[in-house]
Amino acid sequence: MREFGYQRATDVSGAVALLDADPHARFLGGGTNLVDLMKSGVERPARLVDVTALPLDRIEPTDDGGLRIGATVTNSDLAAHPLVRHRYPALTQAVLAGASGQLRNMATVGGNLLQRTRCAYFTDVTGPCNKREPGSGCPAARGEHHNHAILGASDHCVAVHPSDMGVALTAFDAVVSYETADGPGELPLADFYLPVGDTPHRETALPPGALITGVTLPPVPAAAHSRYRKVRERASYAFAIGSVAAALDVRDGVVRDARLALGAVASRPWRARAAERVLTGAAADAATFGAAADAELAAARPLPRNGYKVTLMRNLIVAVLTELAGPTRPAGPAQEAAR
Amino acid sequence: MTTTTTSTRTPAEPKGSVGSAHTRVEGRDKVTGTARYAGDIPFADLAYGWLVLSTVARGRVSSVETAPVLEMPGVLEVLHHGNAPRVDRDFNGLMGVPPDPTTGLFQDDRVPHMGWPVALVVAETPEQAREAAETLVVNYEAEPHDVDFSGARPDAYALDGHMPAVTEKGDLEEQLAASAVVVDAEYTTPEEHHSMMEPHAATARWDGGRLDVLDSNQGATWVQNDLAKLFSLDPGAVRVRSEHIGGGFGSKGLRAHQVAAVMAATVLQRPVRVTMTRRQMFSLAGYRSPTTQRVRLGADADGRLRALEHDSLNLTSSVHEYVEPSAGVARVMYDADAHRTVNRVVRLDVPTPTWMRAPGEAPGSFALESALDELAEKCGIDPIELRVRNDPERGPVSGLPFAGRNLVACFREGARRFGWADRDPRPGLRRDGRWLLGTGTAAASFFAGAGPSTARVTAEADGTFTVRIAASDLGTGARTALALVAADALGVPADRIRMHIGDSDFGPAMIAGGSMGTRSWAWAITAAAGELRERLALSGDVPPEGITVRSDTTEAVRALAQKERHSFGAQFAEVAVDPATGEVRVRRMLGIFAAGRIINPLTARSQLVGGMIWGISMALHEEAVRDSGSGGLVGADLAGYHVAANADVALVEADWIDDPDPEDPVGIKGIGEVGIVGAAAAIANAVWHATGVRHRHLPIRPDRVLLAGTATGTDTGGGADA
Repeated sequence: MREFGYQRATDVSGAVALLDADPHARFLGGGTNLVDLMKSGVERPARLVDVTALPLDRIEPTDDGGLRIGATVTNSDLAAHPLVRHRYPALTQAVLAGASGQLRNMATVGGNLLQRTRCAYFTDVTGPCNKREPGSGCPAARGEHHNHAILGASDHCVAVHPSDMGVALTAFDAVVSYETADGPGELPLADFYLPVGDTPHRETALPPGALITGVTLPPVPAAAHSRYRKVRERASYAFAIGSVAAALDVRDGVVRDARLALGAVASRPWRARAAERVLTGAAADAATFGAAADAELAAARPLPRNGYKVTLMRNLIVAVLTELAGPTRPAGPAQEAAR
Repeated sequence: MTTTTTSTRTPAEPKGSVGSAHTRVEGRDKVTGTARYAGDIPFADLAYGWLVLSTVARGRVSSVETAPVLEMPGVLEVLHHGNAPRVDRDFNGLMGVPPDPTTGLFQDDRVPHMGWPVALVVAETPEQAREAAETLVVNYEAEPHDVDFSGARPDAYALDGHMPAVTEKGDLEEQLAASAVVVDAEYTTPEEHHSMMEPHAATARWDGGRLDVLDSNQGATWVQNDLAKLFSLDPGAVRVRSEHIGGGFGSKGLRAHQVAAVMAATVLQRPVRVTMTRRQMFSLAGYRSPTTQRVRLGADADGRLRALEHDSLNLTSSVHEYVEPSAGVARVMYDADAHRTVNRVVRLDVPTPTWMRAPGEAPGSFALESALDELAEKCGIDPIELRVRNDPERGPVSGLPFAGRNLVACFREGARRFGWADRDPRPGLRRDGRWLLGTGTAAASFFAGAGPSTARVTAEADGTFTVRIAASDLGTGARTALALVAADALGVPADRIRMHIGDSDFGPAMIAGGSMGTRSWAWAITAAAGELRERLALSGDVPPEGITVRSDTTEAVRALAQKERHSFGAQFAEVAVDPATGEVRVRRMLGIFAAGRIINPLTARSQLVGGMIWGISMALHEEAVRDSGSGGLVGADLAGYHVAANADVALVEADWIDDPDPEDPVGIKGIGEVGIVGAAAAIANAVWHATGVRHRHLPIRPDRVLLAGTATGTDTGGGADA
């Protein structure tokens, strides 16, 4: 292991100043991804600025009925918070579907949004990867890619974003707040992740040196009736091969509001706006749900060995929407966690 | 997970220690961290070696740029093919075959596969060694490689391993033509890795003219013997110790890390430790070859087999011939008028595979026991009844009698406890919310043998007894089991036994492998203890230095009559399958085994349950994927290589029927491997019963289930969760 410096920041401006002074420094949250990447040699920071002691660990209701979530709130605390459980149950379900109890106790909201893909070519420094070494090539496109992207990818990179939490936040129009040496800023999560294009190494629209300070969820009445489902290759402790965060407001058999986001299909959590357009104002029935899924997946460009994901996502979207529209209430977070 | 069982059997009241539950004698040391594993033992002046592995899949090392690395802080030495000590690679090891090719370390510039060791960087600290190793530039002349394994390889050839490559009797085509029902199917299993919890680690030092190696291995005298041959030393000049081991599964024999440590300790004349990283284990620790197996069964309408063919192909490296003898299981399990089995290999530019938990039987039983289930379906016969009708009285190939074959009894007991009698054989009928439910069964078997061993038992003056034997406790509880055996053999309580194991200075002993360890060691301990009791009976006085008796079972083991000797078992599984997502969950498993006398029910159950859980992994999760382009593995770590998590393991129960081996002094057969055998087939058969679709390729991943659909058409689900 290479030697690196470590400093613990105690206030936001101090943390930003430390990073601003050193382009080879990185913010350290729970370390559940960054430390792994340092071990494998993907990340070689000269200095770590530990931000976990910053006063950003609170979850507070906003005046308009939304929530403001501090960047250093741990996944466990986020999932357990009563307001999250009641207003955005899919967010609790998404967080609890990720990683393990130990990791969720360490991982932070800010770090979760900035975690890197788990594409095995990205984490193996002995081979090429455009995301890790721009211009070196993408072996995944012709290699092992059965869990790679079907939406929004390019010839340069077909990796998927690994977050569960981010899928639910994306469905609910979360806005990311950050601080730079030049002052604070905001980015809707919809604009937070950059398109892959020919620059897969550039992942977010955050300015250089920016520190994520929190995430704000607007009020989404439909989200009180929301669901996250994740499919993976074992029952726990694996990244998704497909996931869906959805909220549905159905009155008199008609969809009044629909929120839908997909995970493990693209380089970012994928907001399914085409599907939402089909759903909104239509009858809450199987035909609508199937049409909504088809509308979103029409843009899918599967690779030779991941075509199953189109079928999987169609089935999953229909299943989750059917469940939300059904007469029975969906499983609450506690039930979901116990399964 | 629940492993408690309630049996209606009335076992004989244990008269001694054997047969009653005992926690591990070293359990407290392990849970408090007092037990030292090979990578933890402190030494003054210890240096650390870090292996550098090739990044090409075939070619030559053209240069190793050592100069910049030797300037780095703490770096002591860089060993490579240009400067490493010479060794003798041309010998058969204690297992009767040449050692793994990676142990012929740094002897030439050839690179036969990705992850071949090309250099060792030695430094004062492991961090310095690692950084220097990752900085070291090695230049290659790369050559085209071929890593593509398939059943259609024209360059495959039949090969003997520890059993003949081909057995055949009768006219297969004639019997198939005369059969009312025929099954002809291809099954595949992927590359699988041991990935035991404790990575390989060894420390070597020269101590008063003797080579002293602290290691984690499955046989101290095995590694001692092979190191002595490799370095042309007298075996007496080599001592290997291996006190605590965090799993082996076939992977912990002589490997590159021990050889590297010995080379560096020799060059530097100070203690050197070499530890494999998890990633390096995927290249250096051996693995189970993928297999492609074709099974052809022909039967009369009543299910009686007329024809059985089992053909298995595995890969091996370009520098070693390893056979994964998957067709061997058919030589034991079922007879037929025409019977043909063949094990074939194809050589590719890949690391050398090796023994891994139930070598042969684990993949072989998946194919054969799946095919039996398909035959039962086609014949309209219950899968258990089909096996009962085809239970042979003698070895199908050998013609030898079985030294006990209680397979049918295992099925009967298992069926009773699993509730098999209520099963509707028709597939695709049972639903629980979004889940389709099904049950399946399969048979298990594994060779039961013994190897020659020596032991020393000492009656101490204080009334205690000390047992010394070069046994290995892989974490299974062997040390505890042997203490119980010794206690009964000496007629004393177990707390008067002191066990010392894992030291080659104790003399030759069987390895912990082939399900033969405990039986072989118990035999030697029983022999020595028996003689010691006779001596003590003659004279009750024990001198201060004690009275020691040494045993050697070589002659007794060789005198065993030729028979078919195996442990058997019946595996049952219930699964839930969501056809809309392809998710498969194992809801419960039951394994009933006939595996000889059980020494310690507590640890035996744990080992059998562990094997069955590995079977869940094998059925649903485990798969190492090789990239054709690079020739290396993709995701060679425990994030990318999935094994069952706790959430995948619901109710798993293991139990056994009374099955003592009358020809073994203690009645032991062996329980090491049999727990995994048949488990994947039982799960695959249950997936068929749930969905009506056969899954012949492991693992049964969601994408495979999803694309295969159900017999009645793909169900898009939509139901609420159960």
